[in-house]
Amino acid sequence: MSLPAELLYSKEHEWVKVDGDVATIGITDYAQNSLGDIVYVEMPRVGAAIEQFGSVGVVESVKAVSDLFTPVGGEVTEVNGDLDADPALVNREPFGGGWMFKVKLSDPSQTSGLLSAGDYDKLISE
Amino acid sequence: MSRLASDHTASPLIFEIGQDGRANKYVDGGGELSDFLPESALRGELPLPDNSELDVVRHYTRLSQRTFGIDVGFYPLGSCTMKYNPRVNDTMANLPPMRDLHPYAPDELSQGALQVMYELERTFCSLFGMAAFSLNPAAGAHAELAALLIAKAYFKDRGETKRDKVIVPDTAHGTNPASAAMCGFKVISLKSDERGRVSVDELKKVLGPDTAVCMMTNPNTLGLFEDHIHEITKAVHDAGGLMYYDGANGNAIMGNVRPGDMGFDLMHLNTHKTFTIPHGGGGAGHGPVGVAAHLVDYLPTPYVRSRPKDGADESLAPSDQVEFYLDFDMPKSIGPMRSFWSNFAHAVRALAYIYANGAEGLAKVSQLAVLNANYIRVKVREFLETPYDEICRHEFVASAQELKKETGVRALDIAKALLDRGYMAPTMYFPLIVPECLMVEPTETESKETLDGFIETLRDIVAEAKRSPEAILTAPKYTVVGRLDETRAARQPDLRWVPASSPSEQ
Amino acid sequence: MYTPHTDKDIREMLAAIGVASLEELVRVPDAVRLREPIDIVPALCEADIQRRFEHFARKNTGASCISFLGAGAYRHYIPPAIAALAMRGEFLTAYTPYQAEVSQGYLQAIYEWQTYICLLTGLDIANASVYDGATALAEAAIMALNANNRKRILVSRAIHPNYRAVLKTYCDGLEIEIDEAPLKADGSTDFDAVAKMLEGKTYSAFAVQSPNFFGVVDTPDAAAQQAIKNSGTVSIAVVAEALALAALTPPAQWGAEIVVGEGQSFGVPLAYGGPYVGFIASNKDHMRRIPGRLVGKTLDVHGNEAFVLTLQAREQHIRRERATSNICTNQAHCALIATMYLAFMGKTGMRDVASANLKRSRDLATRVSSIPGITLQFEAPFFNEFVVNVHQPAARVLAALQERGILGGVDLGRWYPELSECILMTATEMTTTADIAALGDALAEVANVALSV
Repeated sequence: MSLPAELLYSKEHEWVKVDGDVATIGITDYAQNSLGDIVYVEMPRVGAAIEQFGSVGVVESVKAVSDLFTPVGGEVTEVNGDLDADPALVNREPFGGGWMFKVKLSDPSQTSGLLSAGDYDKLISE
Repeated sequence: MSRLASDHTASPLIFEIGQDGRANKYVDGGGELSDFLPESALRGELPLPDNSELDVVRHYTRLSQRTFGIDVGFYPLGSCTMKYNPRVNDTMANLPPMRDLHPYAPDELSQGALQVMYELERTFCSLFGMAAFSLNPAAGAHAELAALLIAKAYFKDRGETKRDKVIVPDTAHGTNPASAAMCGFKVISLKSDERGRVSVDELKKVLGPDTAVCMMTNPNTLGLFEDHIHEITKAVHDAGGLMYYDGANGNAIMGNVRPGDMGFDLMHLNTHKTFTIPHGGGGAGHGPVGVAAHLVDYLPTPYVRSRPKDGADESLAPSDQVEFYLDFDMPKSIGPMRSFWSNFAHAVRALAYIYANGAEGLAKVSQLAVLNANYIRVKVREFLETPYDEICRHEFVASAQELKKETGVRALDIAKALLDRGYMAPTMYFPLIVPECLMVEPTETESKETLDGFIETLRDIVAEAKRSPEAILTAPKYTVVGRLDETRAARQPDLRWVPASSPSEQ
Repeated sequence: MYTPHTDKDIREMLAAIGVASLEELVRVPDAVRLREPIDIVPALCEADIQRRFEHFARKNTGASCISFLGAGAYRHYIPPAIAALAMRGEFLTAYTPYQAEVSQGYLQAIYEWQTYICLLTGLDIANASVYDGATALAEAAIMALNANNRKRILVSRAIHPNYRAVLKTYCDGLEIEIDEAPLKADGSTDFDAVAKMLEGKTYSAFAVQSPNFFGVVDTPDAAAQQAIKNSGTVSIAVVAEALALAALTPPAQWGAEIVVGEGQSFGVPLAYGGPYVGFIASNKDHMRRIPGRLVGKTLDVHGNEAFVLTLQAREQHIRRERATSNICTNQAHCALIATMYLAFMGKTGMRDVASANLKRSRDLATRVSSIPGITLQFEAPFFNEFVVNVHQPAARVLAALQERGILGGVDLGRWYPELSECILMTATEMTTTADIAALGDALAEVANVALSV
């Protein structure tokens, strides 16, 4: 799966899509592939204030578990309720229907520290 | 072919067998419940099936036939010490005065039980070089938690509350970090060196005034003896920290070398591994926690002690000149870890096993466990990698990494092929530092013939994997079910039966 | 003992390994080697082992007394068919069922256990068991802390004192505070006070036991249930006498989100305190926080229904320091026994045992309270145990009964200073009319002596 060029990426394998002052966050195709069949995503609470690079949830596969970090800080405005019933969405559409949560950015300049698709591609090819 | 291969049809659940009006008469009822309690306190229906005794007996006999235990076949499950469980132990635990004694029976009417606990505790102290053991914790992980609570209380008592780091080597057991977290400690993971041991230099880098405890198992989970253990315990003590010995591998050292002599301050035993208590499908366990002299006051309550008996004279046997009692009055204790005193029935079993062997016998047990493991190791390395190629203790690790590259057959597939051939699989994918790991612990109760049979079976599986990998990749074929869809189980959890008429949507 | 090696085997195996002796095989660095021989009992033959334990057994005279002890461990009738089945080697000598293909029987039995616990408590999910009732309560408290991140727990003072003590041991590690809710004069929890204490919305969990430590049926009324709900506090029900679940309102119906308890009453012998079997049941909201093993139903590669350990990513060996609990071993074999007990008893048998307990305990209460100088301490309805006030030091009365071969009950002064003249007495279906008569006569004698002093 190719990396969407319009997204930003973190070293912890999350992606961010910025739309005005709201960011949508999910995990990358590389991340879902290394975790295997995802069975559960523990999300942050809507309304919670979260800090950039903080651990805000957990992604569980059958035999592994991984912290979910947020690449940007702010207030959680929405979580993807579809993942409760169908966590496999993260495996099938990591960059689409498998998105995880949305954040109202506290500081839009935080995105400047994130990776471009090209830089992230280099990171995972190493 | 599997010894469980008799029957592929599913067994109905006990709830699908029962019929109203098929009750057994075990106890005379006392009348209507509403004769004794107000209706508002009583439940409506009690949705349990009534079954005939024969139906229940057949049901669970059938379930037993679909279960693999040590009594069925060889069980080389690494880190679990699946040795023979002598039947005399169970018989002793089920003597009516042992089985039927109430935990609140007064000490003076429970002297036999207390003496069992006392003798077992003293024996553990001699065998492992500790000042005292508490038999209170219910299992290994529970004792591990007790030990860390003891460490926490000890440092608090000394005003050293800044000590909040627990050091855990990557060759330690999986429960260690979780136990540390339950005591508010932060975990520092320590990488082992190329010899599979803790590096004293690396350890010294993370030691400091914030060091609380270093948790180790020796031999470690690679089956290797930590030959620098004396320097390790000294370095930790010099930094003001405590050394904790995870006794899960006690079968490798019993009677030959003692954690106390290695410098450990705290330890636990998995009595259900080393001292032949049946695992019973995953419990009940038994996890005594042992301490050096400076930590005795912090042990969980109650602790069994003896004192001179009033009016006893020297004509009596030494054990009859004293009386035993449960001491609850330990002001510095971390408190009790569980409802009652101990998994007492297991204390009986463990002591019976100790009587059967004595000190020399237990040392021999350990030596033969090491002999069996090394014997398999030197044969297995003819056809599988053994990444740490040296004398091991009671267990060793092999790796299927090369085989996987060559054929696509993984450790998991080898394990499943063993099930088809009447063997329990070794522990897989643990420790994490060995890729495609198979961890083999034969124990001392297996004969050379059994080991030879296992070795040749494993050799055949590897040969077949090279010849026709598909045959191994699709194993098991002869068990009552095939490989399971674990993803489905986790994504759509079905954790109970639901009555057809139930309004619940589960 | 129990090692099959001949001298020839040992020689051949050492040669294959390339080592000269067993001693060389287990050699350790000089700094840590054994300095002196280990001093423990000499080895005995099996016949002598039996003699030794029969000697110990004779010193457990408490096991054959007429007994009215309960308080969290209960003497109930155990059908012999249970031991015959449970002691089968396949069950007894299996490990945790990691290899599902050769463990379907045990996995199914645990799935049945989980179902039985759900049916009895009225909740959605139950785990494969934990160590015992007290640790089940401590684990439930951790579930609540993880659910709402609050740092205080409220417990009724009528919860078993040992359970509260164990909860404190765990909470000291987690640095969590525990407060106790007061009791009313009738022996039940003061739920009006509980409602007030919860108003500040600071408590992570509120736990109450029913029947409580005094045997009293102790459940929150509608107003208290609402107060618990409004405060965002997790409601935990504790059951120390599991038999009561066959008779009393299922805790889920009075708002319990988590039910924990002790399953010893379901066919597990007293055994001087263990091993027993704890259970934890919860509603679906807490499914990912429940500790320990869970068995689930799934399909195999051929599409057949089959059982497997599931949701393992919650557990300590994967989550490590992020795990909800460090629990590893469960009490599978005791849970198996309890499952068989419930299967043999069925609903009819369970109702019979429950009603027999209600009847015998009332017979006992009637006889005891008819003795001059002896009264029942509490008025609230009870299950199979109750508190007797002897109006003199309870310890003295119990000692006098003991001289007459009777274990009269538990001295409550041990935990409740204000009840130092009170005894907790228990009667089960095992208590005979003759037992009650013997206690009545002995107690009358003891009370009479005291009155005449």
